[in-house]
Amino acid sequence: MQSGFAPVLARYLRVCGLAVLFLAVSRAGAAQDTPLISGGGGFLTSTNGGNTTYTPIIEPLIDVPVGQKWLFESRAALLESFSPRGGGLTGYDHSYFAGLTYLQGDYLASSHLTVVGGSFLLPFGTYNERLSPIWIGNFQDGPLIANLGLMATGTGVGGEVRGNAIARHSYSIDYKAYFSARSGNQQFNSQRSSGGQASLYLPEKRLEVGLSYNRLLQGTHENFYGAHVWWEPANTAFRLRSEFARGHHAQGYWVEADYRTQAFGGLNSWVGRIEPVFRIQQTFRRDTLFSDGLPLVNTQRADFGLDYNLPHSIRILTSYARQFSSQGDRNIWETGVVYRFLFPAWKGKM
Amino acid sequence: MRQKHLAISVFMFGTIFTPVLATLHAQDQDGKQAGAQTTAKAGKKQTASKPQQSDDDGQRVFEQNCSRCHNAPEGFSPRISGTIVRHMRVRANLSKEDEQKLLRFFNP
Repeated sequence: MQSGFAPVLARYLRVCGLAVLFLAVSRAGAAQDTPLISGGGGFLTSTNGGNTTYTPIIEPLIDVPVGQKWLFESRAALLESFSPRGGGLTGYDHSYFAGLTYLQGDYLASSHLTVVGGSFLLPFGTYNERLSPIWIGNFQDGPLIANLGLMATGTGVGGEVRGNAIARHSYSIDYKAYFSARSGNQQFNSQRSSGGQASLYLPEKRLEVGLSYNRLLQGTHENFYGAHVWWEPANTAFRLRSEFARGHHAQGYWVEADYRTQAFGGLNSWVGRIEPVFRIQQTFRRDTLFSDGLPLVNTQRADFGLDYNLPHSIRILTSYARQFSSQGDRNIWETGVVYRFLFPAWKGKM
Repeated sequence: MRQKHLAISVFMFGTIFTPVLATLHAQDQDGKQAGAQTTAKAGKKQTASKPQQSDDDGQRVFEQNCSRCHNAPEGFSPRISGTIVRHMRVRANLSKEDEQKLLRFFNP
């Protein structure tokens, strides 16, 4: 959480101004390539150990294609958090955060190669790149190991190459490799690191297996290893996702399953919109050095969620979690409503 | 005690999802229909007038790359279909060929 809201907001507005400039430059693009504004907004509550925190949040994303080869994109997060003062005091404290999650330029060099520059999400595991937007995740909070391998910031400042190495009907292989410089900039904070990811996808089985490796290149050089398995059977709305990560000081895994039935009028019936979710996760400390955001002691946690997918891209997220550790067991209740928006940046022409 | 709770959690997981897995294959036909409805909405219900091969390929790309992570948007302006596809090309590592199939799926 940052201490000066006005300077941060002013900086964000300046960046938005630059984005609008890009919008103006790209107006000559094709009719289908109008810049868009997307993202999610929501109101979240979390009751942890009896204390309830309220968080209104908005995560806007802007996509600006330029020409046939370029795409500029950025995501921001603006939130205000209200939590009990504690210590016997009544009332609530509040904190705020406004900042860019990433700001990157993508150059589509060839059918199998995209070059990314700027501030980008680090490719490690699946949560950071795929599931972290609030309108996508089935739970409002990420897994316990979400920060492992992400160098504390989740973003890198530098370059990345990524793409589809091989695409066949029976399998495909994706790759990502990056280098990030050290940056102390408030909006684009990053650590010097390098790494990559490769994944194999079997379309007929709807099975994906991937491996990740990141290495911290400043201070004590540390290695991070990750693996993920996703299975989403064809023609069903069942999804099984799992991830394992191992760092220098801790390791852990999570397994998440969710399901929507199609047996009572399809996914858009009132029954089909109900989505039970389950996640189990464990973390294990390898030593007592705390530098990776994971719990200080071995922790086990089971999350039981029940989401409801309303029309117009609105989701209601509810969950109960029981967390077990030697520091004490506790209950975590979470509820929230999130909305996904997607529209052109301006009217444009057809 | 914690192990006991964890065992209960795993048991509940099994209780909930084992019947789910058992019924997955029985729902294949319903799933195909529901999937078509969902993806048709993603393209503002424009799929009815496009060639069958393009429809199948584009829907396959959509289901294998986009809807694996998130629900399909309930309609969007055709003016941003190209931008969406380019975004997905970067995020989902689509090849140029799959990008074109997806664009044709959105704009038959």
